[in-house]
Amino acid sequence: MDRTQLLLTLSIALFCLGLVGVMIRRNALVMLMCMELMLNGVILSLVTFAERTATLSGAVLVFLVFVVAAAEIAIAIPIVLLLSRQRHTLDVGAYSELKG
Amino acid sequence: MTMDLLTLIVLLPLAGFVLNGLLGNRLGKGFVSVVGCGLPVLAFCATVQAFLQLQASQGAALAETAYTWATVGDFRFEIAFYFDRLSALMTLIVTGVGSLIHIYSTGYMKEDASYARYFAYLNLFLFFMLLLVLGRSLLVCFVGWEGVGLASYLLIGFWFEDPAKAAAGKKAFITNRVGDAGFLLGMFLLYHALGTLDFDAVNEAFNGPVAPAVSASLVGVLLFIGATGKSAQIPLHVWLPDAMAGPTPVSALIHAATMVTAGVYLVARLNGLYLHAPEASQLIAVVGLATAFFAATIAVVQTDIKKVLAYSTVSQLGFMFVALGVGAYGVAVFHVYTHAFFKACLFLGAGSVIHALSGEQDIRRMGGLAKRIPITFVTFAVATAAIAGIPPLAGFFSKDEILWFALASERGGSPLLWAVASFTALMTAFYMFRLLWLTFLTPSRMDHETEHHVHESPFSMTGVLIVLAILSAIGGFFHVYHFLEPVMPMPAESEALEHLKLPLIFFAVATGLAGLALAVFVYRGGLGRAEQLQRRFAGLHRVLSGKYYVDELYEAVLGRPLHWISERVFLGLGDRALIDGSLHGLTGLAQRAAGRLSRVETGNLQFYVLLAVLGVVASLAWMWGHG
Repeated sequence: MDRTQLLLTLSIALFCLGLVGVMIRRNALVMLMCMELMLNGVILSLVTFAERTATLSGAVLVFLVFVVAAAEIAIAIPIVLLLSRQRHTLDVGAYSELKG
Repeated sequence: MTMDLLTLIVLLPLAGFVLNGLLGNRLGKGFVSVVGCGLPVLAFCATVQAFLQLQASQGAALAETAYTWATVGDFRFEIAFYFDRLSALMTLIVTGVGSLIHIYSTGYMKEDASYARYFAYLNLFLFFMLLLVLGRSLLVCFVGWEGVGLASYLLIGFWFEDPAKAAAGKKAFITNRVGDAGFLLGMFLLYHALGTLDFDAVNEAFNGPVAPAVSASLVGVLLFIGATGKSAQIPLHVWLPDAMAGPTPVSALIHAATMVTAGVYLVARLNGLYLHAPEASQLIAVVGLATAFFAATIAVVQTDIKKVLAYSTVSQLGFMFVALGVGAYGVAVFHVYTHAFFKACLFLGAGSVIHALSGEQDIRRMGGLAKRIPITFVTFAVATAAIAGIPPLAGFFSKDEILWFALASERGGSPLLWAVASFTALMTAFYMFRLLWLTFLTPSRMDHETEHHVHESPFSMTGVLIVLAILSAIGGFFHVYHFLEPVMPMPAESEALEHLKLPLIFFAVATGLAGLALAVFVYRGGLGRAEQLQRRFAGLHRVLSGKYYVDELYEAVLGRPLHWISERVFLGLGDRALIDGSLHGLTGLAQRAAGRLSRVETGNLQFYVLLAVLGVVASLAWMWGHG
């Protein structure tokens, strides 16, 4: 198994790990962390392909995605904070109020 | 000015309708009375003017086209008026008697809250009636025909707060619609065959050398069906007695003097057609005779003063149709003319009695009114004698002519017709004098309260009664059928029977007097003898006072099945099952589907994620599969 394959397998593993985490955990904070995991899996594959094709723009794009992810988490964490202040719980089931 | 005179006659009452209808309530009763009576009187004056012109031109008909409605190919639908001797006479009756009844109404309806509405309707009726008698073509006539039906409906149901009266109006309208279907079909056939609907052209076509490509009898029968509706002949006679729910002057004008004679007018107007339709004529004679006879038998036992007069009207209309059936068109119109006077007088007299008794209509609770309301009594008596055929009053002349032609006409006269008609005349005299005695001459059977309030009517009413009584007395001396002979030929009289003419006149007089004697004998002492007779012939009495159960028969044969079909088939199956069912089914389906789908919305975040992932995986798989 060459390096690229290894890296891609790792990236898929990270993504699936995150996905399963999002699907089975009910804690909002843990779910956010799992989403980060999925994102990192994707970024890893992006980096791998960028290196393989030796394009500079691929490497730049990776940093762009990191910035976006950081911005996103910077909004998500305060939302979770506010939610937890309201109900004193992080269980997402407690917030299913829009259900018809 | 000739050109516009006929249009003016027609439009004057319409103006009255518009003015009274729009402004009447605002401008008060004085305005309504002046407009409501003034315009019909003006129309009468204009009719007299037109009549003088007609006489001056030796009877050449006046014709004018008011408006061209539509032009289709080379056929023009025109609102055209035609004024020959027949329509002249009818117009004079309509506007003359009509004006008198308008004047009477100012007294009779004085206390009514809907005074303006009443006069608006009455003027509207006059407008349509004039359209009917003056129209040159069947089409214009039909518009008038429907219009008088509408006015009649509005006036029968004038006091519509009472459901029974509103129902009577509906019954009249619906029964008339049945007849109108026949009228329409006849009109279609005529137009199909001749390409014209003008009365004069139709008559000429049938009298011409080439017979039109349509059976005169078929058209005749269809139009006669229309006439049975309007003129209350069997089997469509049921509406007229119920129509007495309207105000009494309306009964006098619409349901005695004018509108109900429209059928007679129609047949007489188309005499050229009916001369070539022996089968239709025979049918007319038979139906007329049956109506005259059965209505008279019912009238004998009625106890409501207006119902007696209503059945009497039906019966007299039957007489007119007998005359039409034997080809004596002029005589039929002669009876229309005398009947208009004495029947209007009788109805208005009845109105005066009802007015005097504050609404009482049952003759069993009247009596002894002769001294209390003498003018009403005298005029009523004159009109009663006139309808009973006592010479020399108007009814004698016309009825005698009808009886004579029923026997001696070469166009279907027969001894049987004569015998039944004579017997009916006897009954007519009997029930009319019964009415006279029970109302005016027997000892009073009124309760104290009513008796205390009895009062003679105001001059606006009694004056009209006097005029009509005089006309019923002397009207017969103007022999209408001679006047009409140029437009309506008289049938040949059987030579073999010529020697019977004089004896038969005496016989007719004797019939009238016998009716009088019989009525006096039975009712002189009040109701005692009549009640004995009633007990003796209880079964017969029940059938007669049940009006032969025709209403019940119609209810059972037509009403109930129709009701059942409407209820079960149209409402139950069509409306409820089919339309409602399919709509409710669709909404139910949508609701159930939505109910199923809404289970997806669990509120469980993880489940949503799962679905999203499945969606992504599925679309990826699809993309992979399709390259």
